[in-house]
Amino acid sequence: MIALIDYGIGNLRSVQKALEHVGATVTLTEDADTILAADKVVLPGVGAFGDGMKGLRARGLDGVVREVVRRGAPLLGICVGMQVLFEASDELGLHVGLGLLPGRVVRFAPRQLKVPHTGWNEIATRQSSNLFRDLPAGSFAYFNHSYYCAAAPELTLAATDYGGPFASVVGRGRLYGIQFHPEKSQAVGLTLLRNFVEQG
Amino acid sequence: MLAKRLIPCLDVKDGRVVKGVHFVSLRDAGDPVEQAHIYDAEGADELVFLDISATPDGRATVAPMVRRVADDVFLPLTVGGGIRTVDDMRAILLAGADKVSINSAAVKTPELISAGAERFGSQCVVVAIDAKRVAMNNETMNNEQWADGQPPATNNQSQATNPQPPTTNHQPRWEVYVSGGRTPTGLDALEWAARVVELGAGEILLTSIDADGTKNGYDLALTRAVAEIVPVPVIASGGAGSLAHFAEVLTEGRADAALAASLFHDKLLSIGEVKSYLAAQGVVVRR
Repeated sequence: MIALIDYGIGNLRSVQKALEHVGATVTLTEDADTILAADKVVLPGVGAFGDGMKGLRARGLDGVVREVVRRGAPLLGICVGMQVLFEASDELGLHVGLGLLPGRVVRFAPRQLKVPHTGWNEIATRQSSNLFRDLPAGSFAYFNHSYYCAAAPELTLAATDYGGPFASVVGRGRLYGIQFHPEKSQAVGLTLLRNFVEQG
Repeated sequence: MLAKRLIPCLDVKDGRVVKGVHFVSLRDAGDPVEQAHIYDAEGADELVFLDISATPDGRATVAPMVRRVADDVFLPLTVGGGIRTVDDMRAILLAGADKVSINSAAVKTPELISAGAERFGSQCVVVAIDAKRVAMNNETMNNEQWADGQPPATNNQSQATNPQPPTTNHQPRWEVYVSGGRTPTGLDALEWAARVVELGAGEILLTSIDADGTKNGYDLALTRAVAEIVPVPVIASGGAGSLAHFAEVLTEGRADAALAASLFHDKLLSIGEVKSYLAAQGVVVRR
């Protein structure tokens, strides 16, 4: 069973449907015991970083997510759910994240670029990962975000170029983060989700 | 590199597609899910659903329709038409849309843009702008501009010293229309575009009323003028009729995405054909 964490933000339904499409049994939940008992955990997210952290804390789920990672269960953060894994974000003021991965979340440099970064962009794998099995080279995924994770190279599993490379997939051990929307990235996104569901 | 997007636009009414793909062996041509699957298979980068329901009951069908499509088609969805409140936006986003598009309501209540952006993030808020070129010496616009009986303030020396109607011998201008392109607003399209971005719009869906339905090409001057002043992506709409039109608007017109409706619905061109052509022209597309 995969626990899809419901912390009061964004569109969880599309992520749930995409996971079910690739064969997962999904429980949408904010219950700590259910999350800790799950085989795998997905932390989705649409919206602002600060709202996301507030939603997690209000439900006592910040500690639960840390405990999931400490126990070594596979956890996948998507979009803002990836960003909150990091230490802090500059989005609408300074917000402290879960600090499970080192690095900050910063805004794309405006003036030189259209922000938000909206549309399909290429994901170039930088390290081998279970997530990338059966993923053709030069695959495009759907992004829709104004902030990105300034992640160290050793965490960066795939990079995407938008005014310079940024981390579009990160991972350490069984903790993963995806900046784009796999639930909206057609076959490419479903392949990544299937890989997480089947291997993690 | 970020790919340029191709976006089919489907009109829906009372939860059914009324302007969508023709000439295919559809079990049910009015079924939004079937229509979405066809465009997904063709390589559409995103789908726009425009609700043209005329009644509250009809509009109430939109969220359930979005849910059905989003549950089954894993592609970005933008939904517009009849969205008037933050609660309307929320219902559509929770149903699985990635972005909501607002048009008349944004003109009437600009605060809706900022409220939506604060609540859901700018990346969810698209403002649709329907713009019509202002004819030279157009009386309506000039009267608007000179409503106080004085020439408009300008930095242009020649204009300041020799007051002339603002459109004469100068850059073309465009006026914003609402209510499906029927009602002029007096707003300058470029000024309005800049303002909606200031308020928090994350994308502009720009339709040329002049070009719409002509198949003579997008309004390149309009598209470029808007794309150059706003720091957010611009979707060009209205006038697509040939392969070259797509290439033009995505290069010369500086658009980030090109939207078309009947051209794709009537199979005059397929999305695959357009993408092959664009790739051959050196335009980055998702293949």
